[in-house]
Amino acid sequence: MEILNENLLLTLVLAPLFGSVVAGLFGKKIGETASHTVTILGVAIAFILSAWVFKQVIFDGASYNDRVYQWLQAGSLSIEVGFMVDSLTAMMLVVVTFVSLMVHIYTIGYMKGDDGYSRFFSYISLFTFSMLMLVMANNFMQLFFGWEAVGLVSYLLIGFWYKKPTAIYANLKAFLVNRVGDFGFLLGIAGVLMYAGSLDYLEVFSQSRVIATQSMSIWPGAEWSVMTVICILLFIGAMGKSAQVPLHVWLPDSMEGPTPISALIHAATMVTAGIFMVARMSPMFELSETALSFVMVIGAITALFMGFLGLIQNDIKRVIAYSTLSQLGYMTVALGASAYSAAIFHLMTHAFFKALLFLGAGSVIMALHHEQDIRKMGGLKKYLPITYWTALIGSLALIGFPGFSGFFSKDAIIEAVHASTLAGSGFAYFAVLSGVFITALYSFRLFFIVFHGEERFEKHDGHMPHESPTVVTGPLILLAIPSVLAGLLIGPMVFGHFFGDAIFVLDEHDVLSQLNYHGVFGFMLHGIVALPFWLAMAGVGTAYYFYMVNPSIPAKLHQSFNWLYRVLENKYGFDRFNEVVFAGGSRLIGRVLWKVGDQTVIDGAVVNGTAKAVGFVSKKMRLVQSGYLYHYAFAMILGVWLLLTYFVA
Amino acid sequence: MFFDTPLLSLVIWLPILGGIAVLLNGDNGFTRPLSLIVSVVTLFLSAGLYTGFDMTTHDMQFVEHIPWIATFGIHYSLGIDGFSMPLIILTAFSTVIVVVAGWEVIQDRASQYMAAFLIMSGLMTAVFAALDAILFYVFFEAMLIPLFLVIGIWGGQNRVYATIKFFLYTFFGSVFLLIALLYLRHVSGSFAILDFHAVALTLTEQTWLFFAFLIAFAVKVPMWPVHTWLPDAHVEAPTGGSVILAAITLKIGGYGLLRFALPITPDAAMTFDWFVIALSLTAIVYIGFVALVQSDLKKLIAYSSIAHMGFVTLGLFVIFGIFANSATGSGAVLAVEGAMVQMVSHGFIAAAMFLCVGVLYDRMHTREISAYGGVINTMPVFAGFSVFFAMANAGLPGTSGFVGEFMVILAAFQANFWYAFLAATTLILGAAYSLWMVKRVIFGEVSNDNVAELQDVNRREFWMLAVLAIIVLAIGLWPAPLIDVMHASVEHLLTQVLQSKL
Repeated sequence: MEILNENLLLTLVLAPLFGSVVAGLFGKKIGETASHTVTILGVAIAFILSAWVFKQVIFDGASYNDRVYQWLQAGSLSIEVGFMVDSLTAMMLVVVTFVSLMVHIYTIGYMKGDDGYSRFFSYISLFTFSMLMLVMANNFMQLFFGWEAVGLVSYLLIGFWYKKPTAIYANLKAFLVNRVGDFGFLLGIAGVLMYAGSLDYLEVFSQSRVIATQSMSIWPGAEWSVMTVICILLFIGAMGKSAQVPLHVWLPDSMEGPTPISALIHAATMVTAGIFMVARMSPMFELSETALSFVMVIGAITALFMGFLGLIQNDIKRVIAYSTLSQLGYMTVALGASAYSAAIFHLMTHAFFKALLFLGAGSVIMALHHEQDIRKMGGLKKYLPITYWTALIGSLALIGFPGFSGFFSKDAIIEAVHASTLAGSGFAYFAVLSGVFITALYSFRLFFIVFHGEERFEKHDGHMPHESPTVVTGPLILLAIPSVLAGLLIGPMVFGHFFGDAIFVLDEHDVLSQLNYHGVFGFMLHGIVALPFWLAMAGVGTAYYFYMVNPSIPAKLHQSFNWLYRVLENKYGFDRFNEVVFAGGSRLIGRVLWKVGDQTVIDGAVVNGTAKAVGFVSKKMRLVQSGYLYHYAFAMILGVWLLLTYFVA
Repeated sequence: MFFDTPLLSLVIWLPILGGIAVLLNGDNGFTRPLSLIVSVVTLFLSAGLYTGFDMTTHDMQFVEHIPWIATFGIHYSLGIDGFSMPLIILTAFSTVIVVVAGWEVIQDRASQYMAAFLIMSGLMTAVFAALDAILFYVFFEAMLIPLFLVIGIWGGQNRVYATIKFFLYTFFGSVFLLIALLYLRHVSGSFAILDFHAVALTLTEQTWLFFAFLIAFAVKVPMWPVHTWLPDAHVEAPTGGSVILAAITLKIGGYGLLRFALPITPDAAMTFDWFVIALSLTAIVYIGFVALVQSDLKKLIAYSSIAHMGFVTLGLFVIFGIFANSATGSGAVLAVEGAMVQMVSHGFIAAAMFLCVGVLYDRMHTREISAYGGVINTMPVFAGFSVFFAMANAGLPGTSGFVGEFMVILAAFQANFWYAFLAATTLILGAAYSLWMVKRVIFGEVSNDNVAELQDVNRREFWMLAVLAIIVLAIGLWPAPLIDVMHASVEHLLTQVLQSKL
C-alpha cells in the first residue's frame, strides 16, 4: 500500500493558512488585488493537491496516517497533531477545496468595494485551513481544534459587518449555541480518553468492542452503556455544528453574514462537519443502537419541521437556510439508519447544489442592490439568464428530480431508512418522505416568486437589473456541473466499496446492501415509479398553482390557519424560549449570586461584619492603634520573633 | 555549568537592587530606561533557568544553601523544580510587560512605581525559589508590601477600602500558614520544606495542617468563598498592579498547594479532596454566572480569573479520584500538568486582558462597559487583539487558554462524570461573558463622541500586546516544551501523594 507524501499534505493544509495570514496582516499594505490573488492561489494549490490526493487514494490505493508533531505528552498519554487520509477524507478534501475555490472567486465580484475586502479573503482562507485540519485529523484533539476553529471563523464572518446590530447579535448567538454542542462534544472526548486510554482514532476504534461491553453509572442506580453515553455526547457536538433541533437556532440567523460565506460555511462545508464526524466515528456509533436511534429521530425531526419553516419565509437567504437545515436532517437520518455512505454522498451533492443556490441568491441580491425580500423580486428570468438557469438546476437537484445529483442521494437515504428496523425508523421514514413534498413546495415557491411573474423590484435610477460579472457567473456554471453529474457516482460511493475501511457497518445494520442496485438507469427507472418522485412533482405543481396561477390561495390559507401560521412565524418558539429561559435565566442567576451571594452574605455579613466587630473592639483599644504602618510592621516582626522563640529555642 | 554562578540569587536580587537604584535615582530621564534594562536583564537571566534545566530529575536544581539565622536553623536555601521554574520565568516576563505598560501612563512618581514592581519581581521569584519555610514565609509576606503600596498610591478612588480588604484577607490567611510552618518545624526539627515532605504525621495533625495551608493559599488563589477581595483590588489597582496580581500573585496560591498541602498532608488532602473540588466547581460555575452580569470591565475580568483559577485547584485535587478509578493514573499526570499549564496560561491571558482594559482606560478614563461601543471603528488593531484575547479567555483551541482547561476536563472525567460536566460549563459561560463583553465594547456603531475620538494603539502598546498574543498562540499550538519540564516533578509529586504518611 502506497503512503502519501507528508510534505504534500502539509502544503495542502498550510497553503490556505499562508494566504490568510498574508491577506490578514498585510492586506492594507499590499492592496485588494494582491490580497485576493494570494488567498485564491493558496486555495487553488489546496484544490489541485486535493485532486491529486483523491486520485492517489481512490485509484492507487494510497493512504496516510501519521503524526506531524507531538502536541503534548502526559504520563503514558501522547496527544499529537497528525493526518489521516483515507477515501472519506479524500472526498471531503475535494469537496471543501472545490467549493471554497469557487466561493473565493465569486467573492471578488460580491465583495467589490467593501471596506473589509482583504479581511474577508483572509477569513475565508482561514476557514478553509480550519476545515482541512478538521477533516484530516487523525485524533480527537485535532478534531476538536478544527471543530472550534471553524466555529471561530463562522463567528467572525457572521459578524463581518460589525456595525449591524443584527449581525453581532447573530454571531454571538451562533458561537454560544455551538458552544453548547461543544460542551457535549468535549465530554464525549473525555469519555473516549477514559475508556480507550487514547485519543488516536485507530487506537480508539480498535477498542470499541471492548468499550461497548462496559457500563457506567451517571447517577446512582442507573447503569448506562458507556458506548451509548459517549456516542450521544459526541452527537450533541454534531447537533450544534450541523444545526439539529434544538440546537439549530443559530443557523437561520447566521444569514446576517455576507452571502459567499452562507454558501461556503453555512451550507456546503462547516455545517456538514457533524455529519462527517459521525461517519468517521461509525465504528463507535455502530455499537450502540440507542445512540443510532437517537440520531435518527433528531434528524427526522429536523428534516421535517425545519422544512415547514421554509414555506413561510420571505427572505431569499432564509428560505435556503431552512432548506439547509432540512437537508442536514436528511443526512442525520441516514447516519442513524447506518447508511453512512448515503449520508456522505448526500453531503457531497448537497454541497454542490446548495452552494450553487446560495451563490445564485447572492447574484440576485447583487442585481437588486442588496434587496433580499422575495416579495420585491419577480420576473428576473430575462434579466439574469445565467443565474436563472443555474438556479433552476440547483432547485431541481434539491428537490431530487431524476437525473440530478440530489435525486440519487436523497432516494438512497429514503430507501435506506425504509429498510431500517431500528426504533424510530418508522417515524423517520414518514418524515423524510413527507419532507420531499415540502422541499419541492418551498424550493419552487421561491423559484417562481423570484424569477417568474410580475416584476415587483425597485429600479435604481431607472436601470434594469443586469446579470452579474463573470467572476460571479463563472462559479455558478462550474458548480452547476457537479450539481447535475455528481449523482452518477452513486454506484461506487453508496453501493460499492468506495469508502472501504473508512466506514464501518455491522452486518445486521447494513440497510444499503438490502437495496437492489442495478446501475444508474435502473435506479432512475425505479425512482420514477416510486412515491418520492410523485411527491416532489406534486410539490412543484402545488407551488406553481399557488404562486403563479392562483395567488389568492396562500392568502386564504393564511387566514383560515392563522394559528398555524403564527406557530411557524415564531419558529415553534425556540428563540423566545432561549431568550427568556437561558439568556434571561443566566443573567438572573448571575445577578442573584452576585448581589446576594457575594455582596450581601460574603462581603456584607462575613467580611465587613468581621471588620465592624473588630472596629467595635478596637474602639476600646485605640491607644495601641497609631495608624502608622511601621508600628504594625514592628508589632508583626515582634510577634513572629516571639513565636519563633517559643517554638524553636 | 550554571552551578558556579548563583543564578537564582541573581534573578531574585538583581531586580530588588535594581529597584532600589531606580528609587534612589529619582524621577528623571533615566528612570524608565533603567527599569527596562533591569527587567530585561532579569528575564534573560531567568531564561538560563530554562536552558540549564535538567528535565530528567525531580531533584531541586540551581540549589543554594547557606545558613541565615543559625540559632533557629533558618537557611538561605533556594532551588527550583519543574513547578517553580515556569512560574519564575513568568514572573520575570510579566515584570518587563509591566514596565513597558507603565512607560507613558505613569507620570506621577514614576521611579517609585517602577521600583515597586522591580522589587516585587525579586520577592515573588524568591517565594517560588525558597526551600526554607521561614525564607518562604518572609518573602510571602514581604511581597504584599509593594503591591499594597502600588494599589494604595496609584489606585482608583476607592483604593483605601480595597487595599485594606486585600491586606487583611491575605494576612488572615498567612497567620495560619505561619502556625503550620512552626508546627512542622517542631515535629521535623528543620525548616527545610523538603524535610517537611518526609515527616510522618497522624491524620489529625495532617487535617489541622491541611486546613491551615488551605486557608492561607485559598485566599491567594482565590477560591470561593474567600475571593471577594480580588474584584475590589483589581478595580482599584493601576493596570500594572492588575497585571501582576493576576499573572503572579494568584499563582502563589496554586503553587503553595502544590508545594505544601499535597506532599506534606497527602492523607488529609485525600480525605478532604471532595471539599476542595466542591469549592473549585463552585468557583467555575457560580463565578461564571457572576462574571456574566458585571458592568465594570475590570470586575468582569477579575471574576473570570477566579473561574479560571478554579481549574487549577480542581486539577490538583481530582487526582485522588482518578487513582481510585484506575490503576495507571496517567489521568492524574494530566490533571496536575493541566493545572500548571492553566496557571501559566492564565498569567499571559489575564495580563493581556487587563492591559487591553488599561489601553481603553488611558484614553477614556472609565471602566464601565456601557461607556463603550463600536471601538472597532476607531481602533481596528486594538479590536483585533481584544477579540483574540477574549477568545483565548474563552478557551479557544489553538490558544493557551484551551490547553489547561482541556487537560483538566479530560482528567476530571476520569474521577467523576459530574466533575467534568460542571467544569465543562466553562465552555458556555466563559464564551458568554467574554464575547458578550466584546460585543458591547468592540462591535457595533460608534456609540458616542468619546469613542469617535479614540486613537488606535501606538507602537509601544502594539508590541506589548503582540508579544503576549504570540506567546498565547505558541503555547496553544505546541504546549509540549512547557509541559515537558514538569514531567519529573509531577511524577514525583504523585508518588509522594500516594504514599500514605499514616
